[in-house]
Amino acid sequence: MKTPLAALLSGIIFGLGLAISEMINPARVIGFLDITGQWDFTLMLVMGSALSFTLIGFPLITRKAHPILAEKFTLPTKTTLDMPLLGGAVLFGIGWGLAGLCPGPAIAGLASADPSIFLFVAAMVVGQVAGIGIEKTMIKN
Amino acid sequence: MIEPNFAGGLIGGSLIGIASLTMLLLLGRITGISGILTGVITWNKEGGLSWRAAFIGGLIIGAFVYQIVFGRPLPIEMQASGPLLILAGLLVGIGTRLGSGCTSGHGVCGIARRSPRSIVSTATFMTVAIATVYVTRHLLS
Repeated sequence: MKTPLAALLSGIIFGLGLAISEMINPARVIGFLDITGQWDFTLMLVMGSALSFTLIGFPLITRKAHPILAEKFTLPTKTTLDMPLLGGAVLFGIGWGLAGLCPGPAIAGLASADPSIFLFVAAMVVGQVAGIGIEKTMIKN
Repeated sequence: MIEPNFAGGLIGGSLIGIASLTMLLLLGRITGISGILTGVITWNKEGGLSWRAAFIGGLIIGAFVYQIVFGRPLPIEMQASGPLLILAGLLVGIGTRLGSGCTSGHGVCGIARRSPRSIVSTATFMTVAIATVYVTRHLLS
């Protein structure tokens, strides 16, 4: 019971952060990415302040023997720079630049009940399912 | 230049960082939102379904809390609609799946872990998103 509650707590803080920072706002995201236009550097403050916590906190926490509510740390293990990583980042970058929405803000944005956010999230879910299919085909070959 | 949101960016960004540290400290996991979403979509019980669902729910609740606490709607100004919004969602879905992460997993957590994959991914999707905005906002309009 403690495990989902801990994740819920993290999610609530994260969602609140996305809203307060306006990372949830596609206009801010596009404004940040539009470096040759009327550049809006709000998102640099968001990334900078988030990273100032994680850059210092991550090494300190992972030095512990185990997390408070779990037996061990479950961290990504892949280290190779491969084509799926690069190709995926390119496709994600195009999508992010087109709509100004990435997964976190899109999901948190559902709280606005704006139908267009639901449309985006539905397309994103379909895209993930397609991505899983592509991964399976790649493994077979 | 568009008026940046200094306070919101710094406070909201800090909350995002704190949320990621909360997850790592309590459950020993990364707040990689696209990956957590994949786990829920594929109903992956081995990796733990309840904590993933709770985190996704928390994101939405956090955005609700914002609306209640500040007494105003979420700051969301959509930048795309119709087929373009659907295309963007599909690309974000496929791209984050193949590329093993998004702004949160690679950008906030991966860079903090000094992961070369995450640093390359973040640099790639940032550059591509900036190029996409340049093409759509300056070359095509």
